[in-house]
Amino acid sequence: MKAVCFVKSVPDTETRVRLTGNRLDKSEIKYILNPYCEFAVEEAVRKKEAGIVDEVLVISMGPSRAQEAIRSALAIGADRGVHIEDDNLDGSDAIVTARVLVEAFKKEGGLDNYQILLFGLRAIDGDTWSVPSMIAELLGIPAVTNIVKLDINGNKAIAIRMVEGGEEVFEVELPCVFAARKGLNEPRYPSLPSIMKAKKKPITRYTISDLGIPSDAVGKVGSFTEVLEYTLPPQRQAGKKVEGEPEQVVEELIKFLREVANII
Amino acid sequence: MSCEKEYRSILLDTAKKIAKKYPLEYWMEKDEKCEFAEEFWKDIVDAGFLGILVPEEYGGSNLTMEDLYLVIRTLCENGCGMAGNWYICLTEVFGALPIVKFGTEEQKKKYLPGIVDGKIEFCMALTEPNAGSNTFRIETFASKTEKGFVVNGTKVFISGADRAKGMLLVTRTKKLSEVENKTDGITLFLVDLPNPRVKVSPISKHGINYSHSCEVCIEDLELTENDILGGPQSLHKGWKQLIYVLDPERIVFTAAAIGIGMLAIKKAVEYASTRKVFGEPIGSYQSLQHPLAESYAHLECANLMALEACRVFDSNGNYRELARASNIAKVVAVEAATRAVYWAMQIHGGYGYAKEYHVERWWREINLIRLAPVTQQMALNYIASNVLGLPRGYK
Ligand SMILES: Cc1cc2nc3c(=O)[nH]c(=O)nc-3n(C[C@H](O)[C@H](O)[C@H](O)COP(=O)(O)OP(=O)(O)OC[C@H]3O[C@@H](n4cnc5c(N)ncnc54)[C@H](O)[C@@H]3O)c2cc1C
Repeated sequence: MKAVCFVKSVPDTETRVRLTGNRLDKSEIKYILNPYCEFAVEEAVRKKEAGIVDEVLVISMGPSRAQEAIRSALAIGADRGVHIEDDNLDGSDAIVTARVLVEAFKKEGGLDNYQILLFGLRAIDGDTWSVPSMIAELLGIPAVTNIVKLDINGNKAIAIRMVEGGEEVFEVELPCVFAARKGLNEPRYPSLPSIMKAKKKPITRYTISDLGIPSDAVGKVGSFTEVLEYTLPPQRQAGKKVEGEPEQVVEELIKFLREVANII
Repeated sequence: MSCEKEYRSILLDTAKKIAKKYPLEYWMEKDEKCEFAEEFWKDIVDAGFLGILVPEEYGGSNLTMEDLYLVIRTLCENGCGMAGNWYICLTEVFGALPIVKFGTEEQKKKYLPGIVDGKIEFCMALTEPNAGSNTFRIETFASKTEKGFVVNGTKVFISGADRAKGMLLVTRTKKLSEVENKTDGITLFLVDLPNPRVKVSPISKHGINYSHSCEVCIEDLELTENDILGGPQSLHKGWKQLIYVLDPERIVFTAAAIGIGMLAIKKAVEYASTRKVFGEPIGSYQSLQHPLAESYAHLECANLMALEACRVFDSNGNYRELARASNIAKVVAVEAATRAVYWAMQIHGGYGYAKEYHVERWWREINLIRLAPVTQQMALNYIASNVLGLPRGYK
């Protein structure tokens, strides 16, 4: 059995987001492997270490920095990478991304080769939470998102999905899409020996023409949605402290919640 | 071979993640309880950091001094403070490095794999009560016997000697009074510890209490020619080997100084941005801003000089070039880092003096680097006489 992880390069969580006008200023951003994708890669590598999976492929679409995300995944223990890079892809939205990833996946043998498709639940930059389900839909296979546990048994999997107030237990037939959330595992940090091994692992590169995708099907022109502008969130205001005797304080708090916060 | 750019960022990310795993309170506790940081040690061993300079055939990664320097700086500045350097320096710079560079095949096989997987910790015994800054005056003597050597002497401040399995021991095999050139007659031995002939007693000290620096009394310790670093042919020729330990030691302590300085600056900036005394944050006062900005600028300059020292080491450059760059880097980094921590404490006001704000620990840590591995005065002496060519006021 083989596993594939779809990963994304995103700005480091410690990055201070700056805007130039209403556009993102990317000049000082440091990029990392999306933390949710780390859960996915870690899970795939653990399945390999457990002898359940015999190859872990990593696929990423993005500019040259996406390669760094792939390399990080290889250093965690994935076996090889596929990088889709093409200037035309700039501005692609979620559905276009899903379509391109599916074409690259098919080029690698698709569902004939890979039965476990792992994703991060969300990418911490775009935060659309949608690509895993879109890919499942495009491939016509089930998806279990938001998972905290994944057990593979023959061609079946049992996945536990977090929902409000509890858990859902799914039994699904493979192939299937799984989207990882925090709690699925504790991702390792790559050790120096595994970083050295990663250097020898191959990364295949595709452009959209390699995948037979016309340029007007991707990027801004091919997308349904477009980001018009970016704004920074409002500065957090300092909290309000209410002091005094309990009866007085409660009254004042209720007044505040009614009249200022408009919550009750 | 140095770690290529793309992979180095993964390496440094690993260092950062390890550092962040240990909150500042962890180091406060280890320092207070005088405990070795076992968990942290295991993590840096598992990450392969003890094998950065070790060839692959002995289990290492065969990378460069620059990689080692950057890993240490990353650990220090992301929360570890001096601890990000200390254990690595003792075992990798005092143990792995000289063995990789000068050791016999037998010595490499005996020590390197154990160093890489964390089973063999190391220490270096150079300093003596009567010979600190003046290495040539060491009195620990290895006398020739039929079977080899018998060693007697006392060493002081030997860090990690209480735990170490291996010791790089600096001795004289010819008396200072009997040699024409004072660098002649110094011999380095590799000694297995613990050993009944080597008595180790910890010295209570100012900081860095997650490691003990010890007095080491050596009485009739028997060694053979094969225990000489590099084997019998290196007898009396230890000075040339020692340089390649002492200069890298300066380089990694520069990483520590810069890391501690940057850590203190970050903490000070956070505090100064929120602390209000007269209404506006104290960080808006220029009398508090400038010392931080200045320290930061000097630390960044010291960093460039340290990278230059790494480059010289990694390209097998001339030892004078190496000494020049590493002494300059050390002197500048220590001044800047001391200033950074001083002002971090000042900015914290009374809280800077409270243990739970951590600055006082870094103050105790940075204080070491002006004294050891080499005092600021001796590093400046080197620049004055060996670089500027001024006459020497001491012999
Ligand atoms: C915590 C700690 C850990 C240590 N770990 C180790 C270790 O693991 N292994 C090891 O071998 N050593 C270790 N040392 C020893 C350290 O390297 C020495 O303390 C250091 O080299 C200074 O030597 P000294 O203490 O004898 O000072 P001295 O040489 O006695 O110097 C005293 C003062 O005189 C000044 N001075 C001396 N000569 C001159 C001169 N010619 N011109 C101007 N000023 C001069 C010095 O700068 C200094 O200020 C450690 C020390 C400490 C404090």
